[in-house]
Amino acid sequence: MSMAAEERSARAPWALTAPALMLFVGVLVIPLAMTVMLSFHDWGQYKGIEPVFILKNWREIATDPYYAEMFWRTFRIAILTTLLTALLGAPEAYILNRMSGRWKSFFLLVILGPLLISVVARTLGWALLFGGNNGLVNKLLMTLGVIRSPIPFMFTETGMVVALAHVMMPFMVLSVWAALQRLDPQIENAAMSLGAGPVTIIRRIIMPQIMPGVLSGAIIVFSLSASAFATPAIIGGRRLKVAATLAYDEFLNTLNWPLGAAVATLLLVALVLIVVGSNALIERRYAEVFR
Amino acid sequence: MAYLELDRVAKQFGAQTVVDDFSLAVGRGEFISFLGPSGCGKTTTLQMIAGFLDPTRGAIRLEDKDLTAIHPAKRGLGIVFQSYALFPHMTAAENVAFGLEMRNVPRNERAERVRAALAMVGLAGYEDRHPRRMSGGQQQRVALARALVIKPSVLLLDEPLSNLDAKLREEMQIELRQIQRTIGTTTILVTHDQNEAMSLSDRIVVMSQGKIEQIGTPQETYEKPASAFVSQFLGKTNDFAGTIDRTATPAQLVAGSWSAPAPAGLSGPVTVSIRPERIGFGNAGLNAKIVTRIFQGNHWLFQCESECGLAIVIRQNDGKPQPAEGEAVRLTWRPQDMSVRPRAGA
Ligand SMILES: Nc1ncnc2c1ncn2[C@@H]1O[C@H](COP(=O)(O)OP(=O)(O)OP(=O)(O)O)[C@@H](O)[C@H]1O
Ligand SMILES: [Mg+2]
Repeated sequence: MSMAAEERSARAPWALTAPALMLFVGVLVIPLAMTVMLSFHDWGQYKGIEPVFILKNWREIATDPYYAEMFWRTFRIAILTTLLTALLGAPEAYILNRMSGRWKSFFLLVILGPLLISVVARTLGWALLFGGNNGLVNKLLMTLGVIRSPIPFMFTETGMVVALAHVMMPFMVLSVWAALQRLDPQIENAAMSLGAGPVTIIRRIIMPQIMPGVLSGAIIVFSLSASAFATPAIIGGRRLKVAATLAYDEFLNTLNWPLGAAVATLLLVALVLIVVGSNALIERRYAEVFR
Repeated sequence: MAYLELDRVAKQFGAQTVVDDFSLAVGRGEFISFLGPSGCGKTTTLQMIAGFLDPTRGAIRLEDKDLTAIHPAKRGLGIVFQSYALFPHMTAAENVAFGLEMRNVPRNERAERVRAALAMVGLAGYEDRHPRRMSGGQQQRVALARALVIKPSVLLLDEPLSNLDAKLREEMQIELRQIQRTIGTTTILVTHDQNEAMSLSDRIVVMSQGKIEQIGTPQETYEKPASAFVSQFLGKTNDFAGTIDRTATPAQLVAGSWSAPAPAGLSGPVTVSIRPERIGFGNAGLNAKIVTRIFQGNHWLFQCESECGLAIVIRQNDGKPQPAEGEAVRLTWRPQDMSVRPRAGA
């Protein structure tokens, strides 16, 4: 190959990816970089944003226990949501996978259908069922005399976890479902023929094989829950804030953009570290088996 | 006395009958093959013995005990699946040990038996490999070791060699036969490969569309096929239209310009089947012309256009000159080498 041709073929991939690359830089890298820069700017009630380089916002986040508590709450909610989706979603996917033809497609639609409905609508549904004295379920239970006061749901972490788990469930089910598709259809029969009972089959044969699916589902659910906005905003409102709703409030209510940017940046960095870290762990753990 | 007995077993899926009236008595230590085309119900029958499917009708007995009443996990049969169905998250040794663990075999004995089983299938030293990092043949051996280590009363093999290339398959066939002879486990092999069935089994069960066509030794099924299906399915065969003329004395069987004294019993239109290797070239007999001549090392394969249609002839490569393409020949065979049955649709 001549020098010129070699040069041309080296340039070709760049030329071909240029449009996508530019879009990527334009809508993701630049705003992100600006957000990071913004977090180092100063802000005052009357002077607004001052483009200087100071660590004021970061110091505030590091020293004020309010932020520590809020981030801890964010991750606590995300972890509990992840656990709940895994606990319910994995068996759900397994049962779904064992159903026969028509029922399978029907229930798959039932599980995936909610993805087509806005998160806001789905969360508002919970609010309608459990929201204070007027919530449908609360009202019914109180009328029946089962409970005396409404079940606390709105503005509670429990409520947030339940609503988030509902929203995130399809991602977990899909992820486990994909892992189940990779199972040998005869694997349960093989274990059974060797003398294993149903519990042993699930514990020793099925679980270890769908674990990568559960874990990758968990990563998706965790990162989506930790950065979720709509559900915490509706259930928690301004009383029970998480990182995403706090950043939003700083931006749009307090108008303290730099502080909001610092919160958002910290959330992003923490999430990236957690996701990349656990992904590496999972890959190492299962490398031997699932190449 | 029959060791494993299937008594008029049938299986229906909805309205479709997949296995029908399947009766078979397997002796202890016997090697049986289920042979038939795809979709004829071989796997279904095997799965009924294994207990993964319940027969719609009929009984399955092992040593005179009703097997269908026993849960599959308690039947103690060894099964090798077509896809092997190894546990991918376990090493070869862990795979083989699984059945022993389920039987609460003590740790020391377990390790010893696993080692012995892997050694028997030629996999000593592969204990710590995961299945995904083994070749198809090695995986197949692990599956075999896993099934044999529990000392099964019956070994069920569902096309275990069909994923292997031709050479490896031949090696594994020999090995399988040797292992089976050594430990004497009663074995049922499902296959659609007639060579495999013939080289491995004591008896072959030829199946077609859920029904048994013939049960017999490889030689019997090959040389005395009970039906047109069997003769077509087991090896190549020539079917010639002939007639039995009972008015002549003695009665004559005539096919084109070939004729011989008629066998007793039949009369009228018949089909004459002769294996290609039993046909010779002679001075009298069926008129034919060689269309193609193919050299296959130890033998020659001739395709001839005869009076009674296409004929295939196989001749040993014994160094003698063979007829060339386009040459006119006469096809002859000994009456005892053919089988004659009434011609269908005539
Ligand atoms: N679960 C099922 N439901 C309905 N029909 C089935 C089911 N399992 C098998 N069949 C049908 O039963 C017939 C026999 O199937 P089987 O798997 O026993 O064939 P086979 O002889 O093992 O074929 P192959 O050589 O392709 O494995 C097929 O026509 C198949 O479509
Ligand atoms: Mg089959």
